[in-house]
Amino acid sequence: MTVIQVQKPNLTNEEIRYARNKLGREPTQVEWAMLEAQWSEHCSYKSSKLLLKLLPSKGPRVLVGPGFDAGVIDIGDGWVATLHIESHNHPSAIDPYGGAATGVGGVVRDILSMGTRPIALLDPLRFGGLETSHSRWLLDNVVRGIADYGNCIGVPTVGGEVEFDPSFERNCLVDVVCLGLGRKTKLVLAEAKHPGDLVYLIGGSTGRDGIRGASFASNPLNERSESERSAVQVPDPFTKKLIIEAVLEAAEAGVIHGMKDLGGGGLSCGLSEMAAKAGTGMEIDLDLLRTREPDMEPAEIMISESQERMILIVRPVDEGRLRGILDKWEVGYSRIGQVTKNGILLIKRGQNIVAKAPARFVAEAPVIPRASRKPLYIDELARAPEPPLPQDLNETLLSLLSSPNICSRDWIYRQYDFEVGLRTILKPGQGDASVLRLPNGKTLAVTTDGNSKQAYLDPYWGTIGILSETFSNLVATGAEPVAIVDHLQYGDPGNPEVYWTFREAIRAIKDYLNAVKVPCVGGKVSFYNEDSDTKTAIKPSPVIAALGLRDSKTAKMGSAFRAEGDDLLIAGTTLPELGGSEYYERVEGLVGGPVPRVNLKNERTIMRTISGLVKAGLVESAHDVSKGGLAVGLAEMAIQGQRGFTVVIDEVPTKTDRIDRLLFSESKPRFILESKPKNTLRILRRMRAAKIKAAKIGRVQGNRLEFAQESDPLITIPLKVATESWSGALRKTMEAAA
Amino acid sequence: MSKVAVIQYPGSNCDLDALEILQKIERKGTELVWHKELKREEYDAYVLPGGFSYGDYLRAGAIAATSPSLTVVREAADKNKPVLGICNGFQILVEAGLLPGAVLRNSGLRFVCTWTRLRVETTRTPFTRLSEKGETLRIPIAHGEGRYYLDKNEVQQLEQREQIVLRYVNDQNEPSDDSNPNGSVDNIAGICNEKGNVMGLMPHPERASLPILSPDGQAYGRVIFDSMLKSLNRLSA
Repeated sequence: MTVIQVQKPNLTNEEIRYARNKLGREPTQVEWAMLEAQWSEHCSYKSSKLLLKLLPSKGPRVLVGPGFDAGVIDIGDGWVATLHIESHNHPSAIDPYGGAATGVGGVVRDILSMGTRPIALLDPLRFGGLETSHSRWLLDNVVRGIADYGNCIGVPTVGGEVEFDPSFERNCLVDVVCLGLGRKTKLVLAEAKHPGDLVYLIGGSTGRDGIRGASFASNPLNERSESERSAVQVPDPFTKKLIIEAVLEAAEAGVIHGMKDLGGGGLSCGLSEMAAKAGTGMEIDLDLLRTREPDMEPAEIMISESQERMILIVRPVDEGRLRGILDKWEVGYSRIGQVTKNGILLIKRGQNIVAKAPARFVAEAPVIPRASRKPLYIDELARAPEPPLPQDLNETLLSLLSSPNICSRDWIYRQYDFEVGLRTILKPGQGDASVLRLPNGKTLAVTTDGNSKQAYLDPYWGTIGILSETFSNLVATGAEPVAIVDHLQYGDPGNPEVYWTFREAIRAIKDYLNAVKVPCVGGKVSFYNEDSDTKTAIKPSPVIAALGLRDSKTAKMGSAFRAEGDDLLIAGTTLPELGGSEYYERVEGLVGGPVPRVNLKNERTIMRTISGLVKAGLVESAHDVSKGGLAVGLAEMAIQGQRGFTVVIDEVPTKTDRIDRLLFSESKPRFILESKPKNTLRILRRMRAAKIKAAKIGRVQGNRLEFAQESDPLITIPLKVATESWSGALRKTMEAAA
Repeated sequence: MSKVAVIQYPGSNCDLDALEILQKIERKGTELVWHKELKREEYDAYVLPGGFSYGDYLRAGAIAATSPSLTVVREAADKNKPVLGICNGFQILVEAGLLPGAVLRNSGLRFVCTWTRLRVETTRTPFTRLSEKGETLRIPIAHGEGRYYLDKNEVQQLEQREQIVLRYVNDQNEPSDDSNPNGSVDNIAGICNEKGNVMGLMPHPERASLPILSPDGQAYGRVIFDSMLKSLNRLSA
């Protein structure tokens, strides 16, 4: 049975008309299938690309920006870092294990197709509440999927983040960031530049898995989605590992002239984009492909998303060397055609022509203008009345520490091999960002963040807050931020209110990056994250991954308290900005209120100052203040270092006096710094010179978490009790359910 | 100069890591050797690195154990040359019958990546001779199938013959249930053959061989490689 039946193509009426006009005839069945895949939102960015162009993407370190498989950043001494982010949301909602695993596989191929070695993965994840067995099942299997795939291919999973919110109950978000490392001279691009070059398809064979995956991902999930398992691809990490080594050996030998991974849209997308980028064409014979099943239709072959496949462009003279390398690694291959001059994508099956269309026409879908309208809820929720003060602040803090959004993630990251490769200096759970060793003696810091609760209440400032947090994470380790990639995840773009939240995120990223002078080198958009039966979209979920460079001399900088008697300093002002805070949402059950706003004028100075202090060796430990506010930030540092503290809340620079605001507001950017008493004055002087509000608020001391106001105790919690709340929460939930 | 082979199988993924550390000690003599290229017994020592050889299909290490390279390794072992299997390399040596017992799925049924404490139980092997008996090493593990298994009598025999090289211990340096990360019998983390020249261990000493990568800045794993190379120099001197 074939999966594809003759039917009206899954395209809009305008697109159908446009296609007929451009070709001047009725497209063949194969052509319709190709257009349907390539013009899906997933592959074509037809609803987003005009806005994405607004983002700053240039800079002295940017060698390759958006529009390729991964961004390429010059990190000095002939080395480059590559960075990309992908998601596998729809597949993971149906088959969490396979969906998450193939998500890792996809982004690893993106990094590999630049000719660079994947050296680290990070996984930002979003699920509904863990009270439901469905969400626990999803989390358990997504983590296993990531672990089994990443561990097997030998790429360490060094970080990530996870957020729980009821809006993700039916639509979990499974994102994955991959970082690569390579030599500048060995970079390969996804272009088929030279007519006469040969087109190789290497890796796994082509089967019926992942058929229509791109269009599946470009529609909302519904009750029938369960039956679309054939749209989910099948992972094979062992084959991937062989492909990684074979491709890197071939790239090192200089025999690859162009390369692209096959992901969404399969061959249709890969072939048309490689030719379109270079202005060439291709002539392909589908009879030369290795298929998994004998009776596959040409349309199925063209849009299959079978995993572990790459397209390589090779000069005829290098063919023998390429085959030798692929044979050594036992990686399958077929020569499926060649690059042509005429700009036409010609697909044959033996002697029969099954598709013949300009590559550019296939690769570039017509742009869809989208209407946008500010949703009414935004102003309404912003005005939500402030709740009364909690009765018991000890209990409030413990409840926050055990919140699934805050508690220790060790149940997750211990399932990931975060060490392989001998690069992971700052490991998961040790600091604000992961820090990796480079061959040139320098080190890289990498981090990823999202905050859907705040991005929902205020799509603009919520997105700014996420960016500020990723930058804070980097500078807290002493790094200089050099590039970001973004992943923008929303509901149906045809809904003007959804589209407005998307536009606001783009505006926020543009403004923030211009303020800090850092480029966006790539990204991804994922729409239709909504349940079509209930018409509910996920909360807007921009996710940012950011990369920073560190000097070889900068010391390892974690967030655990280091020594009794050290001073505790805070940098940044605490404002009454509790909208979307964990305190409002978990303790007060309130969705509303004003979200944190960042002063963009000072942002660059603050980031530089913090990074400078760490670099200068003046700081013992550093942590940015994020979920749960100052109280949780200090508690985390205490738990990680197994040392208590006393803090006098009156010293905190602020424009508010309510205790709960001081303790739990999530104003950004703020940092908690531990310093030797002899360095405290120097640090505060530097802060003053940079016009950053900062103060000494207490010291590392004893074995209790102690907050006082004037001389009255506010919170006193034994370190042991706090540790139990924070470290065991996720493990207990997941293992009790197992 | 001693010659050390790090054998690369399809799916090995700690091969370059082991190579990097060994080359820090013995720059020229250490080579990465593709398993099919290992045809003659011509090295002074052999290292089987960690990873997922053949994707761990069938059982971890089972398919690699049938590689012709194991014939060479066996020949070397018979000649008293040091053979070291790390993680998947340990599993391969067990599957090939060069080491006793079996390595099963972790008792928690999940992959575990964490730093462990190991107690050195014997210094008679070429891999621990620079260490001290009872010394604690902090070295990480990362595996889904690392539960070493033998029946009680065989464990006793192993103990009597001084074949237990490393045990997982707590911060009092005692083997305990809470310091046993995978349910290994008797907290066994590493063993050797009767002669002591073939050793397998689940922890990754190469990951604890650069101070900057260790949580406490110590390179505890180096002693395994230093000992091995020291033994070779003694042999060749």
